[in-house]
Amino acid sequence: MVRYFTRLRVRRIYKWGGRPYIFDRKLKSYGFEYLNMSVEGQEAVTTVTPGQYILIEGNDDEYPFVAKLLKFFGDESHKQKKALVQWFLRLSEVPQNKKLLLGRSPHPQEIFYYLGRACDNEINAESILGTVHVQHVPEDTPFPEPGTKDTLYVKLSWDTKAFNVLDPVLMQDTPASTPPKPALPLFPPCASPTATPVSRGPVRRALPTPDPTVMRRAGSVSDTRATMSAGKRSTLEAESIHSASKLSASKILSAKRRGSAADTPGVRKKLQLSIGASPGKKMTRADVLCELLDEEMESEKVISLKLSSSVSHSLQHGCSLSPMRSVCKTPNGQRRFPWKLSSISLDRLSPTALGEQDFSSDLLLAVIPLALEDEVFEAGLPTDAGSANTPKKRQATPRRNYVRGQKATTPSRRKESAMAIREPALGVLAEEDSEDSPMQPIALTPRSKRKSAQLVSLRIRKQLNLLDNTQELISDGDDDCFVPSKKDLQSSSDEEKTVSEEETRGRNCKTSVRTPHKTPSKKALQSSTDEEKSEEETVVRKTRGRNGKTSARTPCKTPSKKVTPSTPRHATPSIPSRTVPARQPGNILDEARARLHVSSVPESLPCREQEFQDIYNFVESKVMDGTGGCMYISGVPGTGKTATIHEVIRCLQHASDMDEIPTFRFIEINGMKMTDPHQAYVQILQKLTDQKVTADHAAALLEKRFSNPAPKKETTVLLVDELDLLWTRKQNVMYNLFDWPTRRHARLVVLTIANTMDLPERIMINRVASRLGLTRMSFQPYSFKQLQQIITSRLNKVKAFEEDALQLVSRKVAALSGDARRCLDICRRATEICEHSASHPSSTGLVRMSHVMEALDEMFSSSYITAIGCASLQEQLFLRAVIAEFRRLGLEEATFQQVFVQHRALSRVEGLQPISVSEGLAVCQRLGACRLLLLEASRLDMLQRVRLNVSQDDVLYALKAVRD
Amino acid sequence: MSHGQHYSERFCHQRLPEKPVGMESQHKHLLELLRRTAVHGESNSVLIVGPRGSGKTMLLNCVLRELLEVKDVNKNVLPVHLNGLLQTDDRIALKEITRQLNLENVVGDKVFGSFAENLAFLLEALKKGDRSSSRPVLFILDEFDLFAHHKNQTLLYNLLDVSQSAQAPVAVIGLTCRLDVLELLEKRVKSRFSHRQIHLLSSLSFIQYLDNVRSQLSLPQDFPDTKFYDEWNDSIKVRHFSSYPQLVDVLQRHYNSSKDFRSLHLLLMLALSRVSASKPAIKPTDLLEASRVCMVDSKANILHGLSILELCLIIAMKHLNDIYEGEPFNFQMVHNEFKKFLQRKSHSIHNFDKPVVMKAFEHLQQLELIKSMDSSTAKIQKEYQLMKLLLDHSQIMEALQKYPQCPTDVKQWAMSAFG
Repeated sequence: MVRYFTRLRVRRIYKWGGRPYIFDRKLKSYGFEYLNMSVEGQEAVTTVTPGQYILIEGNDDEYPFVAKLLKFFGDESHKQKKALVQWFLRLSEVPQNKKLLLGRSPHPQEIFYYLGRACDNEINAESILGTVHVQHVPEDTPFPEPGTKDTLYVKLSWDTKAFNVLDPVLMQDTPASTPPKPALPLFPPCASPTATPVSRGPVRRALPTPDPTVMRRAGSVSDTRATMSAGKRSTLEAESIHSASKLSASKILSAKRRGSAADTPGVRKKLQLSIGASPGKKMTRADVLCELLDEEMESEKVISLKLSSSVSHSLQHGCSLSPMRSVCKTPNGQRRFPWKLSSISLDRLSPTALGEQDFSSDLLLAVIPLALEDEVFEAGLPTDAGSANTPKKRQATPRRNYVRGQKATTPSRRKESAMAIREPALGVLAEEDSEDSPMQPIALTPRSKRKSAQLVSLRIRKQLNLLDNTQELISDGDDDCFVPSKKDLQSSSDEEKTVSEEETRGRNCKTSVRTPHKTPSKKALQSSTDEEKSEEETVVRKTRGRNGKTSARTPCKTPSKKVTPSTPRHATPSIPSRTVPARQPGNILDEARARLHVSSVPESLPCREQEFQDIYNFVESKVMDGTGGCMYISGVPGTGKTATIHEVIRCLQHASDMDEIPTFRFIEINGMKMTDPHQAYVQILQKLTDQKVTADHAAALLEKRFSNPAPKKETTVLLVDELDLLWTRKQNVMYNLFDWPTRRHARLVVLTIANTMDLPERIMINRVASRLGLTRMSFQPYSFKQLQQIITSRLNKVKAFEEDALQLVSRKVAALSGDARRCLDICRRATEICEHSASHPSSTGLVRMSHVMEALDEMFSSSYITAIGCASLQEQLFLRAVIAEFRRLGLEEATFQQVFVQHRALSRVEGLQPISVSEGLAVCQRLGACRLLLLEASRLDMLQRVRLNVSQDDVLYALKAVRD
Repeated sequence: MSHGQHYSERFCHQRLPEKPVGMESQHKHLLELLRRTAVHGESNSVLIVGPRGSGKTMLLNCVLRELLEVKDVNKNVLPVHLNGLLQTDDRIALKEITRQLNLENVVGDKVFGSFAENLAFLLEALKKGDRSSSRPVLFILDEFDLFAHHKNQTLLYNLLDVSQSAQAPVAVIGLTCRLDVLELLEKRVKSRFSHRQIHLLSSLSFIQYLDNVRSQLSLPQDFPDTKFYDEWNDSIKVRHFSSYPQLVDVLQRHYNSSKDFRSLHLLLMLALSRVSASKPAIKPTDLLEASRVCMVDSKANILHGLSILELCLIIAMKHLNDIYEGEPFNFQMVHNEFKKFLQRKSHSIHNFDKPVVMKAFEHLQQLELIKSMDSSTAKIQKEYQLMKLLLDHSQIMEALQKYPQCPTDVKQWAMSAFG
């Protein structure tokens, strides 16, 4: 029976061939000459050498990814097998909207040389399925007659934008590529359990675009378009995601395999190592185990029972993985048994746990803690393979026995589930769920349980070492033996369980979705030494545990805060509500006015696509990486800075709701909305944690929060509006704001807004400006076309304006300030004017040029000239006297006394009764109050100096107009 | 209610007229605007700009009165009155707003919390509201320009920001007499302001001005004593006005000086205060007398009360001003000039001791007829402090003419070209 299952599943065994040579001394990576692949249980060995074309497993089993192998390399311990490749694309991998660029119908076997850089060219060697023959076809020659199905043709290259003729030079160094051997069947390309999750070495980091999270996302959503929130992304972006998906697919596959126990590469590594140590071993592990089982079953039971009591908790998790795994990914109806050794070894340890038939869906819970502990342990203890002891080893066996008993039920069940989920996306979803679901239990897991988990992992470790030593026991086939048992577990559980069920479960705990999974795997591989690893993992584990707790608590926390305001300090800030609801806009002009109000949130923000995209990408990448950063955004008022960022955040929130990106926290502070720069700390802290403290204390708390491993996993996006007002003499507020994101655990993205472009240079001292960095963006004032577009999009088919009227407004505003607020206000005023004049029967009800002109006049025309025109006679006379005195003095300034002499003379000329000095002063003061004149303080009396606030020409013009 | 009470209310307590005169379009504009805020919950901001006494507050109050007469609006609007002269900084202004809105952190008349907390509280309150459900708040900022001098213009920024975002509906109404008020606003504050300005610039003609005077003087129709009502209103008919060209001249002069209502009210109040039970009608002479009181030069009046010695010192200063073309002088110079006069021309005035002259000089300084030019008075001896005369020649000559029993030699000295 065991045979049956192992037959069906194809196991591939990968071994390095040739002599390793040091490839990179710094990274301690070794290059290898070739890779031997063999299917377990078969003699045939395929040798893959650099230069050959290879097939790499991806989401689509029918069409695996094609690439040219450039180099093999691995790390010191030979645990990881990696390869550098040059990708080729199938047409199906080209984004839908670019496919037309080809301009002809593609050959079914055609592939394209990939010239983009968005794709990580480093793959896990263990995702290689086999070799393939690729033939370069010159541009003008037709494709050869359909030859073997295994030959692919390359004619063009694809650089993410266009198809180009492929330079034959690129294809030249093709050694004789061997056609795939029938001995190594491509299909079913069952995921081999040994195919470790792709370990991303340091090399990865240098590559710009596809960060792990992008990959994950790309993989998790089959249609790249779906990832674009609101369809705002450019096609370029789409492309990059697409190509990223390619690379990631293989990784995702392995991720699926590892499932919740994903973070235990160490365990895996051990096994690989052992494989390497036993070349030529024909016997599968399963076989060996079964034999062992029979022998030792009796004696083990007692011990295993003992053990299981302490372990059972974590064991449950380990076992519970299976349903989801099985649902995972079976596009071609073939089962994939993505088993993780860690979980398996757990299973092995717990006969009792497994013995309980009623492992049902509600036990499908946290594996991660276990997995983690596991890994930590792994990392912490360097291989001490020497310490093998028999009792431990025996513990493994009883379960085997049990497993066998269960197997009978499995095949039918397997098919069922395979049929159930065809669509890869769904499979991925389920896969995510399995990762997510553990989070809930973590939240509840008290420390003691973790200790027990640790204990378990210690045992596991020893177990594994033992396995390593007893070489007969080890081979990858081992995994397969366990698969059915898991199947059984599922079948014993509720049969009705569907994907959607799992999906909902995943949603429930989505707050803490990816990060835990991502961080360890990435970080662990970054450092090659075990010590570092363990250190980091411990940190991560802590974070995770705590985070789980907080996320569990948050929902109840917020409402409780708002109840019971006992003292005025806890008063709820609110404006009393009105008794009669506000009236809705009645006519079309009302409607237009409501839409044109600056406060109304438009459906979309036109004319800021580029800026939107840039900010979106910036924030998104930071959120996905879990890193921090600063961005400085400048622009004159009314150019949509804050609105754009809010839009970005809205989209990102949406994306995170859709589980496309990790959740994050958005906090907004405004330099204008605080009384003192130091209040920024208070406000940030209050918005983060809802606690009210003094500024100093808040600064200390925030400092602690951002410099220690964050209790929150989620990234914080902080928007600092009106940055210039946070200036202090020592600039410590700004310094802190920009320093926090650079901290390792901060996960803080700071977006700052101010009006002036050179603010960092002007007001910031070097160390602050340097921390702000160079990620800057400036919002240009709107051009008239953009303004017009903004109004049109706001009006959104409400026909209230004549086209010309709109153009006039936008041109006028664009010429003056480019301030969108101003533009909208003028339009609003124009609708009012139109409404007032609507009493005329001739009016069409549309806002016409004349209305707009009137509104423009009202808002832009200087009132000085009118004011002079409406001034009293003595005031006008005084202005003339001022000008006369200025002319006499040749200065733009005179004392009141001097002007008053002129004034008296002028009034004599005009035939007016001269006024007294007191009256004259009163006249002067009135003009000064209007700011037609600028006056000194009035205590100077007659000696106060007088200046004009208007140009002399304007005064004369206004006075002349009055006389006429 | 006697007619005295009626007028005192009209002229001194600024009772609102039935309808604002000469500003119909502005009235309509403002009313529409506030009505939209009150009824539709549309946030707005507006500035009412006009010279002092042009009726800005009157217009606003008329509009508010009219607005609050509407039943739906009455209970649904929260007016907040602020004055730049009272709320001299944002801290006080915030407390006042919170108090007037009667938010929950107000107990009795006390507002709890620090400045920062108050701001956060108010902003939070406004943010929580929304267009359709919360009551519109009318922020009325009298002396709007003074708010622009607050630190960072925090209050204005926040109020205007609320008016431009989807928060509780607010209307920010600023009243100011400064035409350049927008230049005071910081650019980001300015951008948030809607740039609606209602200018109150009266272009009243003299005929309208006269009509206005008449309507201001006449008693309302619902005056209880009809006999008196008829007599009174008859006494201020057109023919009475036109039969006194002097009266028209006086009013013309007032009109030329300023068109605003407040100065007119002052004039009419002075005239009316001469009406008594024994003299129940207003006479043109009353108006003339009132006008004389209004137009009087206060400085010249002070001169009338000076002693001869002080007057002589003033004249000496006048001569010094003439000689040195307005350059400042000190006591020593004035004293020398005065001594020269005593030696050469004086027959009536005896010599005064220097301390006595000094005392007179200091008295003039206290009356602010002369003003020290140096800021640091402590360092320089009193005699040598530089001074300037705050009087015009015409004022001095006028005062000399009217000065009772002014010695002729003093007059002649004043009139002579140089000392």
